[in-house]
Order: sequence, then structure tokens, then C-alpha cells
Amino acid sequence: MNLFTFKGGVHPPYRKEHAKDSQIEIAAVPDQLVVPLVQHIGAPCAPAVEAGGTVKEGQVIGQSDAFVSAPIHAPVSGKVKRIERALHPLGQKVLSVFIEPDGADEKEYLKPLGDTIDQLSSDDMKKRVMEAGIVGLGGATFPSHVKFSPPKDKPIEVLIINGCECEPYLTADYRLMLEKPGDIILGAQMIGKILGAKEIVVAVEDNKPDAFKKFKESDAGKGIRYVLTHTKYPQGGEKMLIKAVLKREVPSGGLPMDVGVVVSNVGTALAVCEAVRDGKPLIDRVLTITGNGIKKPGNYIAKIGTPVSSIIEQSGGTVGTIGKLIVGGPMMGIAQSSYDVPVIKGTSGILLLQDEKYMKEGHLPCIKCSFCVQVCPTQLLPSRLSILAEAEKWELMEQFGVDDCIECGSCSYVCPSKRPIVQLIKTAKLKVRDIKARENK
Amino acid sequence: MGKENSSLILSTSPHIKSRESVRNIMISVIITLLPAVVFSIYQFGIHVLIMYLVSIATCLVSEWVAVRLRKRPFSLYDGSAIITGMLLVMVLPPKFPIYGVILGAVVSIVIGKQIFGGLGYNIFNPALIGRAFLAATYPVFISSWATPRLVFDGITAATPLAGMKFDGIMTPYSAMFFGRIGGSIGETSAVLLIIGAIYLIIKKYIKWRIPLSIFVTVAVLGEIFHLINPSKYPDPLFHLLAGGLMIGALYMATDMVTSPITNRGCIFFGVGIGCLVVVIRLLGGLPEGVMYAILFMNAFVPLINRGTKPRIFGTGEAHEH
Repeated sequence: MNLFTFKGGVHPPYRKEHAKDSQIEIAAVPDQLVVPLVQHIGAPCAPAVEAGGTVKEGQVIGQSDAFVSAPIHAPVSGKVKRIERALHPLGQKVLSVFIEPDGADEKEYLKPLGDTIDQLSSDDMKKRVMEAGIVGLGGATFPSHVKFSPPKDKPIEVLIINGCECEPYLTADYRLMLEKPGDIILGAQMIGKILGAKEIVVAVEDNKPDAFKKFKESDAGKGIRYVLTHTKYPQGGEKMLIKAVLKREVPSGGLPMDVGVVVSNVGTALAVCEAVRDGKPLIDRVLTITGNGIKKPGNYIAKIGTPVSSIIEQSGGTVGTIGKLIVGGPMMGIAQSSYDVPVIKGTSGILLLQDEKYMKEGHLPCIKCSFCVQVCPTQLLPSRLSILAEAEKWELMEQFGVDDCIECGSCSYVCPSKRPIVQLIKTAKLKVRDIKARENK
Repeated sequence: MGKENSSLILSTSPHIKSRESVRNIMISVIITLLPAVVFSIYQFGIHVLIMYLVSIATCLVSEWVAVRLRKRPFSLYDGSAIITGMLLVMVLPPKFPIYGVILGAVVSIVIGKQIFGGLGYNIFNPALIGRAFLAATYPVFISSWATPRLVFDGITAATPLAGMKFDGIMTPYSAMFFGRIGGSIGETSAVLLIIGAIYLIIKKYIKWRIPLSIFVTVAVLGEIFHLINPSKYPDPLFHLLAGGLMIGALYMATDMVTSPITNRGCIFFGVGIGCLVVVIRLLGGLPEGVMYAILFMNAFVPLINRGTKPRIFGTGEAHEH
């Protein structure tokens, strides 16, 4: 009966029950916050404060003149201890601002603009989104004001608010939808107005019927369309979501705006609402801490810069031998080497998985079972691509559409030979890009 | 935290994996073949049991030696060599000499598989390479049939296909369906092979488009010939139940490694096999053509894969709206 779906995809065990029923709690402010100056796709920020100075909560501490960038704000009031390179969840060390909270709770927020959609101007709101440092909170961390500024020849017809949360284990978006549906709807209307979108669609996977119901109850005739999409990974991928909801395909190499669509995560909608209505910059976010390696899985609203270890402690500590610490979900998240990495704007979850044999197992050759071909949501031949990558045939890989891979990992998930297919493809993409860049010189 | 951070595993996403494994797939195939294997031992006697044991043992030893010589990690546990050993015997006649079985098994593994690079790299179905070699080496033995224990009364022909081709005798369908007929060791009982294959299709361990397109092609072509000359050419049902079509279509053409990876490719592959089977059976010199049909189409798999790449999301016409 449910037609809102796409071709391919997988059904991993969702394991949402760990954290699903835990209300969002406020994470304790740690003794020291480490705020990286790279928290978005685009130009990194330069520090706007100096070591030894004091900051107020909400004060800008990192900024860039580039358009594709987003300012970074002090998550708490306190003292800037030092500014130096520190480990970032993406693996490298980046320039970060170390802040020692003073507990004074002094705020320096932006001026509230109000919450009456009719009285808010599109330009004011867009400017606010930029000033508040809002980026895509689904994990992509693309600066939102850039996304909300499509070129004139690409008018936006539809805004899709993404409440799919298709990554297993994660429940942060789910809790947000249950606890703050009104704010999300208001944020969606604000984004809709910024974009001049004719229609707003809120999409929720059908394993979260209560969230769907909450939205409908809170809507009160705002003209938003709510759809339940089939529960399947990667339903929350924007290309898949647009296909499922609108039956439109984002062209290869293109963006959602090429088919008149912008997709924003529910967390982003909430951040927009808070920035416009309350003047609050993006200094915290909701995340899930979960997995069989954590004593009390839960959902927290955590200050950006909070070390992962601090949230683990607050959740009762770890259980058993931890094999993997993952920032993000199990399908696309990034394994960490240290418990000291900070929460950043894109951190949707902290996943602790107990050590299991499969994590260290090697792989066999491809047996051409075609499981990966069946599940690839972009209809690539992942097995073929992985073999070409091993043979370093980069140019052939381009012909086989390597750039269209959305890196969802469905192929690696189903592979009976346990081949690191998506890893090989990611590496190959970089090589292909390198080669192209060299050719263009 | 006071934790030893170096213990954290740093592999890339996805961090969870499905329970599917090569070994599970191979074991499932082995188990689903067992009913037909047991039936064949009952039908043709202890010699067949010895053939199975010798064939499987030879395949495992050949694999071990070849892998050692190639200095590769040993992979007996994947179970693929056991399947090759079983399938080889299943497509041989019941009285085939043991030394021939040994030779066939060595050729299957060494020439059919390891020379290409081992599991996953071979182009041709290893068991069929072994059988093709034996057919060329022992042309008399390969067509010496035996009467099974359970046999339909009044059948004098060695196999239904030989009866049809050389003597104009038709075997009743029920006998063919249940296996009360002569033929290669494991091919005679259509029903047991179908039951096993249904399980594999449900588990998605068989690319179902392959057997389906083989069956449809054979039925349609068989019907055309039958309509042209009903007295000379048998009807489609006969084609489907006779000879090695069931075991070939369900268990050999569907060998993952040697069949196409694209859905459309599987259909081309199946149609090609179906056409060749009917043409060889009805117009060629041999009574049966499943083995050559599959081997022939195996060679085209890389080309088929290339020609049937699916339309990538967001390309071609479908994204215009």
C-alpha cells in the first residue's frame, strides 16, 4: 500500500529500542570544551578570539569571509584557555578553541526576530540562518544559508523536511519529533518562506508512527503535507527521499535544487526556528548515545565541543570491551581512535559497539552473487567497481558511474564475502577526482 | 576515561554487517542438493556413493594443493570445492569408473577454477569443465547408462532423451518428474531438484531470473518445433523434464561466480542457454546439450554484464519529468 519508497536499499536490524524511549536530557557541561573551527563543508573558520580572553555564550569565536562557510559560536561563557590543533571526529587534527566554562551563564545571543511567519522577511531570516552558524544537522553539515540561496533559474517548489532517520540505532531526530513537533513545524515554515517553496512536505519513516501522529496533531491547518515513507535504509538520503516522495530523480552530478527541491533535516528546522524566534545561535544539538557498549543509552542535548567521554560518563560508562566508538550511525558513521573527540554540529550519534569477531575479519574474493547490485540505491554495480578499484582502473570506474555513489554502504553491508566495497569506492573517487584535476590543469 | 584507546578498531563504515557469508551460501547449496544425492544413491547403488566420496575428497585435496602452490591463504572452509565434487558426480553416468571420477575432479578444480585465480575468478562452471573433459576423454563411458532401482515399467530406452532422439520412444512425464528413469546420477528427479532450488530462491542464493528464462525459452522453442512436426519433436514439458535441464538450469547455470551480476543480464544468459539447449537437442548430433549450452554462455558473461549495466539513478531519460 505504501508507495513512498525507492529501488534498492537494505533492512539492517534497526535497534532503535535502546534509546527510543529516553527523553532528551541536557548533557552536563564538562570542565573543558574543545570547539573545532571546522564544523561544516566549505571554508574553515579563523579564530575570532584570543587565548586568555573570555567569551559569552553565543559569542562568535570562529569566522570566515567565504560564502560557503558558517560562523562558530561559544557554546558556554568562560575563558579561552588556548587555541591549538586537536583531534576532530573526521580523523585529522584541526585548529580548535579550548574553553573553560565559568558557570556564569552570560549570554550574547542574536536579536529575536519573532515567530509570526507573516511578519518575518525572507531576507532577514536567511541572514539569521547564516549568522547563527546553521549547517545541515543530518550529518552532511553543509552551510544552510548556502542551501537556502538557490540561483534564480532554479526556483524551489518543494521543501522536504527529513524525519526519516534511517540510520539504525539513532533516535535523536525521533525524540525531537516527539518532543518539539511545533518548533520543527515553525522552522519548516520559516525555511519554506526563505525558499519561496510552494509546498512543504514532512517525511517520516513508517517505523515512527507516533512521531507522524504528533506532527499531524500539532499542525493545526498549516498546509504542510505529511507522508509516511517505507522503512528502508537509506530512505533518509536526500536523493532517495526525493524519489520516494515526489518520484523525481536528482540528475547525476546534480543537486536537489535541479529538480526544484530542498531537503532539510528536522534538527535543522528546529535550529532555524530557535535562531529566528529566540536569536539562539547553533551552540548545541540533540544526539543519541547508544549501542550495546553503553550502560544507559539515551538522547542528549549537548553543547558543541563536549568531549564524547563526558557524555559516556553521564550515560553510566561503557559495558564490556568496546570494539568500536562511532560518531554517527552504524552505516555511515566514522570510527574514532579516541574518546576525547568533541561533539560537533554534525554529530547525530555516539555509538559504542562491543568487540565482536566480525570487526576484525578479513574478506574473500567477490563471488558475483550480485547482492550488492540488488541493493544499490543508485543502481550501480558495486562489486564491479570494487574489483576495478583493486585493479586501479580509475578511468573505467568513471564509466561505471563511481561518482554517483552516495556511499551509503548498503553494498558492504550485504556482501557475503565481507568485501570493503564502499571503502574501495571512496578511495577511488578521490583518485578519479585527482586525475580529473590534473587533466584540467 | 582511563581507557586504552588503542584498542578501538578503526575500520570504515558500515560498522554492521549482514549475517550472509560465502560459507552459509555454500552450505545451503550443499544441503539443498542432498535429497537428490540420497535419491541417486538409492537408485543406482553403492558405486555411486563411492563416486561421491572420491569426487569430493579429490576436489578438496586438489584445491588444497593448488592453493598451496599458488601461495594463497587456504579456503577449504568456504565449501565451494564440496559443491563442485557433488555436482560433478551428479552429471556423470552411474557406472562411471572411479579413476575417471578422480581425473574429472582434478580437472574441475585445477583447470576449471584454480588456474583462473580460485574462488570468484573462474569463468566456467568448474564441475562442467570436469564433465566436458571426461566426455572428450571417455566418450564411451560418458554415454553408458544403467537401469535405476525404481524405474517406470516398460522403459527400454537408456534415457528419455536418447529414447526420443534415437528410437522415437516417449517416456511418461510422471516417471520423469519423480525420477523413475535412467540418466546421469543426480539429474533424474526433477521434483527433488525443484524443492531444493525453491529454498535457494527464497534465500536469494539463486538468481531466479536465470532458471525462469531458461525454462520459458526452452518451452517456447520446444513448442514451436513441436507444432512444426509433432511426431518428430517432443512437446515442451518433455524438454523441461528430460536430461540435465533441471539440474543445469537450477544448480549449474545459477552458479554465482559464472553467471551475470545484472538482472537483465541474467535473462539474456538464460535465454541464450535455453536456445542452445533446444537447438543441440533437436538439431545437433548429441541427445543432450545442457552442459555445452551453459559452458558456452559462461564465456559471454563478462560481455553480458557490460551490455546490461543498469540505468544509473539520475541518468538517462527517467529523470526528465
